[in-house]
Amino acid sequence: MRFSFWRRSRQEELGEEIEGHLRMAARERADRGEDPRQAEQSARREFGNAGLIREVTHDQWGWRWLETLLQDSRYALRMLRKSPGFTAVAVLTLALGIGSNTAIFSVVNSVLLAPLPYPHPQQLVALHQTAPGAAGLASFSEGLPLSPSMYFTYAEQNRTFQSLGVWATRTASITGLGNPEQIRTVHVSDGVLQALGVPPLLGSWLSAADQIPNGAETVLLSYGYWQQHFGGDSEVIGRDIIVDSRPRQIVGVMPKDFRIVDANPDLILPFAFDRGKLILAGFGYNGIARLRPGATIAQANADIARMIPIWMRSWSNGPGTNPLAYERWRITPAIRPLKQEVVGNVANALWVVMATLGIVMLIACANVANLLLVKVEARQQELAIRSVLGAPKSRIVRGLLLESLILGLTGGALGLVLAGAGLRLLLAIGPANLPRFDEISLGARATEFTLLLSLFSALLFGSIAVLKHARPGISVGLCSGGRTSTLSRERHRASNVLVVVQVAMALVLLVSAGLMIRTFQKLRKVDPGFTDAAHLQIMRISIPAVLVPQPQGVTRIQNDIVDKLRTIPGVTSVSFASEMPMEGFESNWDQIVVEGKTYPGNAVPPLYLYEYVSPDFFHTLGTRIIAGRELTWSDVYNLRPVGLLSENLAREMWGSPSNALGKHFREFSEQPWREVIGVMQNVPEDGVNKKAPQIVYWPSLGKNLYGPEPVDAPLDAVRTVTFAVRSSRAGTEAFLSEVRRAVWSVNANLPLASVRTMQNVYDKSLAQSSFALIMLGIAALMALLLGIIGIYGVVSYVVGQRRHEIGIRLALGALPQDILYMVLRQGGKLAAAGIGVGVLASFGLTRLMVTMLFGVSATDPFTLAAVVVVLLVVVLLACWIPARRAMRVDPMVALRYE
Amino acid sequence: MKSRYQNRIELLQGTLDLLILQTLQWGSQHGYGITQAIRARSGEALQVDTGSLYPALHRLERQKWIAAAWKVSENKQRVRVYRLTAAGKKQLLSERSRWEQLSEAIAGILNPARENQA
Repeated sequence: MRFSFWRRSRQEELGEEIEGHLRMAARERADRGEDPRQAEQSARREFGNAGLIREVTHDQWGWRWLETLLQDSRYALRMLRKSPGFTAVAVLTLALGIGSNTAIFSVVNSVLLAPLPYPHPQQLVALHQTAPGAAGLASFSEGLPLSPSMYFTYAEQNRTFQSLGVWATRTASITGLGNPEQIRTVHVSDGVLQALGVPPLLGSWLSAADQIPNGAETVLLSYGYWQQHFGGDSEVIGRDIIVDSRPRQIVGVMPKDFRIVDANPDLILPFAFDRGKLILAGFGYNGIARLRPGATIAQANADIARMIPIWMRSWSNGPGTNPLAYERWRITPAIRPLKQEVVGNVANALWVVMATLGIVMLIACANVANLLLVKVEARQQELAIRSVLGAPKSRIVRGLLLESLILGLTGGALGLVLAGAGLRLLLAIGPANLPRFDEISLGARATEFTLLLSLFSALLFGSIAVLKHARPGISVGLCSGGRTSTLSRERHRASNVLVVVQVAMALVLLVSAGLMIRTFQKLRKVDPGFTDAAHLQIMRISIPAVLVPQPQGVTRIQNDIVDKLRTIPGVTSVSFASEMPMEGFESNWDQIVVEGKTYPGNAVPPLYLYEYVSPDFFHTLGTRIIAGRELTWSDVYNLRPVGLLSENLAREMWGSPSNALGKHFREFSEQPWREVIGVMQNVPEDGVNKKAPQIVYWPSLGKNLYGPEPVDAPLDAVRTVTFAVRSSRAGTEAFLSEVRRAVWSVNANLPLASVRTMQNVYDKSLAQSSFALIMLGIAALMALLLGIIGIYGVVSYVVGQRRHEIGIRLALGALPQDILYMVLRQGGKLAAAGIGVGVLASFGLTRLMVTMLFGVSATDPFTLAAVVVVLLVVVLLACWIPARRAMRVDPMVALRYE
Repeated sequence: MKSRYQNRIELLQGTLDLLILQTLQWGSQHGYGITQAIRARSGEALQVDTGSLYPALHRLERQKWIAAAWKVSENKQRVRVYRLTAAGKKQLLSERSRWEQLSEAIAGILNPARENQA
């Protein structure tokens, strides 16, 4: 604006100056006695070409290039305005492509690319270990976690870490601040906060002194909890808060958005391991560490490998146990960058979605390029005339590129708006457990990405049009332009190639989406081990030892809660277990010894999943009882030595479920035998896409609940359990308030946590698959739509160009059907070529999504065949409309046109 | 067409710039006045082409050797009057000495020839 104003005023001044010159010259001539009119004319003649002089003079100011650029831009804009249909389709196509790519890029950027929000995040590592020698342990998808004794060994003996610690997520009850509340906590050992290196907002970190058992009991608040419950009061440091019925002193508040790896706790508590009582086992803690500057992961792995024998020699699992028992496990460090730990397996799905949307973008570019080709074709004559009149080729090329650039940037701007909306949609349908969920936003990098993508795509389709323009000579344009002569095959090659590429890419995307649909179908068909999930209300209740010290008391209260809940109208069945299927809490794995079965030599028996269930549990969930019966309250209270097995475990041990009944097993050789009283259907505990683990079901009250302890161990009860209530009213607010009242009538200090229905749990376990399905589905539909537009556009353009040829054919006696088939054949040929290329490409590309598939091969012939048929039908339909038009060409009209 | 004018500017450039600067040395002047002054001082021998004058004036203005301002002439006309700037004065001195060197050199070449003829 400023520039053009300045420029205009200078132009005007120059005009005035020259006019002044002319007037003065004329006046002087008049003064010498010439006729005034004559004088003026002579003055003008003497002066020369005023317009040209003005222009040359103006050029002295050096703005020429900018002005021609502006001129060309104005021209490009005028050309775009002149064909609003083309412009709208092109801009919308680009906006869709760019918008969807920007949206997914924001997610990829925030989740995968942006560094973790810790200082020097590249030094942070997760201490993973594998134990290939531990049979059954392979079911630990996350490998072998650390035990507290490992932590002490590693923390004290390592040579490659600045700091190292272990952490674990837990829950806790808060009382004394209004209603009792169940909150999320993270317990950390010394070294975790130091490794992460984020200073507290207020107060201080937990100190090493806080880790001493029976020492000061302290707690760190999260920013959210501090705001919510203390109103952001800075005087909060030093005050007490009742956690699990014990007062803890608040020592600090962590800043907003602080997370421990992927956990976002309300409170951070210190572990207080009692060194004197630690044994080798107890593998349940996540290790985290910060590497020394310059140390590599390989060095760190070697360092841990060096310390594992030290750990085995330094600790024991108690008298009489084999000190080198874990040698057979072949524990191997597998340290990975912390970012990998946070991002997890979502990276795969995100990259696949990003790649598919990238393909959609290419299709969109191909479409716009095609539209542009058609337009350039129509403008051959105009371009040729401009060329003949002396417009340099570079200027015509620049004009075309400017048009593309304007299209690209407009599409990009609109795409950015779409991306904002798309991102909201994406986050709404995205998996709830998407890591770094709250870090996702349309940031500066995403905007840069949009700009680059717009420029890149503009150059891509623009240069295709330019190359096309550069080929035919000027004379061709002048001679054939305006005549409806049939264009040579060669001149359609570019359009045809683009259409073939579009069809091929659409096929790849449709196949990917088809594979996801098949995966989803297969997943839905897997028996989850429970029925009618929407009518199963579940909630987690924890009974702390401070509140109810006696184990029998815990079971009693749990029994009372079951009885109370059953009295709620509409409730048909109530029970509880240490966890529901797919709930994803940390599970307990251990071995069993089977009567009459010996393991050769020193072999370690395999590990099985341990679950603790109440009477009636399988009835409530709808899990099929294959043989035998469930637990009864009398079994529980009388501590009868009984247990239940999953079908796959029973079959492995005794051949058939019915054969297993009455047989005996135990955990350790010193214990009394337990009788198998029931065999249950297999339950895919880790999600329907995982193999159902072999499970041992125990009563929730008994001795040796949690692993190897002496025979005379005291009685123990599972204190944190998930209750399941079957009712047609599940999930309604009225029902939930009745449930809360029932629980609180038993004990008013018990908070209810993770209140949801089994349907929520089930959906969540499918979230990643459904997210990928929806995203691939959207991408495939967009690709299909753009592909149709592409084919339709090319075929109908060709039909338009061949009108008079078709007219001649009809006049010479060709039947309308012949014309129809001719056009359809042309479309069919393009489609067939595209499908051929696409099938080959899909063989290569679908292999990338293998980890997302379930029960279907990446080269599933059924999916491929279905997609090919759909694509063929759709393409022929897209050709049908222009083909019908061709069929109806009136030979007279077409020929008269000549 | 355009290039022909530009070529002519280039041909005259050295001298025309010098003449304009010298004319303005005597006092501020507008474009028409400059052509008149050059014509008069050269005894009508030099006719400045307006097609070269205005581009030259604006180029000199851009180089800040001369400055322009709108004034009202004795005929009550708005005219753009150019004056020499300090930088322009320096430029004039250097152009003058260059011109003198050049004409001396040319004279050196031409004069012996004339002696031979004589």
